[in-house]
Amino acid sequence: MLQDHAKLLTLIRQAGEVVGRKKLQKLVYIAKKMNLPIYERYQFHIYGPYSEELTLRIEEMCNLGFLHEQQEAKSNYIQYRYSLSEEGDKFLSMAPYERPKHQELIETLNEQSAKFLELVSTVLYFEELSKAEVKEKVFTLKRKQNYTDEDVERAYDFIEEIRTGNKGA
Amino acid sequence: MVGCYGKLPEEKVFKDPVHRYIHVRDELIWALVGTREFQRLRRIRQLGTTYLTFHGAEHTRFNHSLGVYEIMRRMLDNFEESDTWDARERLICLASALLHDVGHGPFSHSFEKVFHMDHEAWTRQIILGDTEIHRVLAGVDDQFAQDVADVIDKTYPNKLVVSLISSQIDADRMDYLQRDAFYTGVSYGHFDMERILRVMRPTEDQAVIKLSGMHAVEDYIMSRYQMYWQVYFHPVTRSAEVILSRILHRAKKLYHDGYQFQDEPKHFYSLFHGSMTLSDYLKLDESVIMFYFQIWQEETDPILSDLCQRFLDRRLFKYVECDPSTQMNHWLELRDLFVQAEIDPEYYFIIDSSSDLPYDFYRPGEEEERLPIHLLMPGGEFRELSRESDVVEAISGKKRTDHKLYFPLDLLEDDRTHADTKKKILTLLMSQEG
Repeated sequence: MLQDHAKLLTLIRQAGEVVGRKKLQKLVYIAKKMNLPIYERYQFHIYGPYSEELTLRIEEMCNLGFLHEQQEAKSNYIQYRYSLSEEGDKFLSMAPYERPKHQELIETLNEQSAKFLELVSTVLYFEELSKAEVKEKVFTLKRKQNYTDEDVERAYDFIEEIRTGNKGA
Repeated sequence: MVGCYGKLPEEKVFKDPVHRYIHVRDELIWALVGTREFQRLRRIRQLGTTYLTFHGAEHTRFNHSLGVYEIMRRMLDNFEESDTWDARERLICLASALLHDVGHGPFSHSFEKVFHMDHEAWTRQIILGDTEIHRVLAGVDDQFAQDVADVIDKTYPNKLVVSLISSQIDADRMDYLQRDAFYTGVSYGHFDMERILRVMRPTEDQAVIKLSGMHAVEDYIMSRYQMYWQVYFHPVTRSAEVILSRILHRAKKLYHDGYQFQDEPKHFYSLFHGSMTLSDYLKLDESVIMFYFQIWQEETDPILSDLCQRFLDRRLFKYVECDPSTQMNHWLELRDLFVQAEIDPEYYFIIDSSSDLPYDFYRPGEEEERLPIHLLMPGGEFRELSRESDVVEAISGKKRTDHKLYFPLDLLEDDRTHADTKKKILTLLMSQEG
């Protein structure tokens, strides 16, 4: 019963609070690529992998009162903050499903900036390509983000770290 | 000539009920339409189980793909009046429009959910793998197939080209809205596409709409909104989807439990194992799936047999609206009662969320995850559509989610066994809608 909802709620509970829709999108994508049982479908969009299914699921959980969605007006856009509500907590305590244990991974991801997670998720999206090809993709498709060679190397190191840390989780 | 392809000696046309005629002038497009992988789309319905609700909805991915191609062709013709398009880039646009759905399988939505597949990954494999389509594309040049795959994957460097096929106002949506409206017979879904195409202007990242065309775009957004609720979210179609996905789950479970099927479901083996090859995938179409549903009606497993009969005879599940935030307690109780009544809740007590459905709403800029529709103002600046249009702003903020609880009313009304438990279940179910 609503297992996909329960999985996402668990993930947000593990993160505590997620600031920004872009960050939430990338965090869930990276968690999925680290083999968490998440089945929302992703496609490549302007800011990297993006899931319309996830957007709709989050909207649904806000409508149900399972998630708090706070809006903050920034200079030229609105920033959204997500956290679990009491109702969400109550729902989770009753939902019959196996809870994934990835607290450390989710916390590590949530500590990163949205821009860095955007880069990491883009590298993961193209991971079947060679490093040189991935760099070319990043520098072409993400021209406006001005990522450097060092940024991409750091993204590769980060992926290696979370993969190692995630082993056997 | 681009590669080994030029213009056809004579224009070919397909008669089409939505666009009247689909015009083909390029040898490349004609060759792609003739490939076996593209012809396979004739055997895959565009709207999956919707034909069980709207009997006219028998149109296929083949019709739709040709329609998207035709809209792209008209867009490019319009752009060429003000802009010069490189001949190779033009062919990339046309081929991508034609092939954007070539990886869809039978009842894609349910199959993707149950077997965790992605039709876009199959599209990529069909374009880049050992296929007739790949050989046709490779006739242009070595890079051409990769470029077409990248456009469909939205990773092609020219964002304008990507946006013509995949954005909030693109050739894909403009075709399926009109086509689905035509074949379902509903009176929503109509808008003035000719007007939209006339006021579209290419920019670096996307096509924008001249302010004077705003009302035509409002109509397009409204038809998208209405089609969503009236056709794509139809509760009866959702009931059929629920049964379809339960059949697939049941067959998969039986196979893994070592159940002996009366006829071996060979076409499903690699799906059940998660080892499907491109060649296996291309053999799957709706006629194959319906064949198995036919023979599974005779299986000794009562659940598989019952679900297949329900699907084929359209004895669908009934539903009540429900609210997970207040009714979770009841659901746990209901599940227990279903078990007591010997009706397996895994297959006969299903909560379906609108977020399980694949269609999307218009979203204004939200941290720019998806490009919104931009209007081109008289001074040359861009404005997001909902900031100018009260109509679009009004429907952008509406609640767009719901939940339904599906169950087999006929089994619950059969009081020959567990009469008291079933009565209790029915009372609880009817109280859900409150």
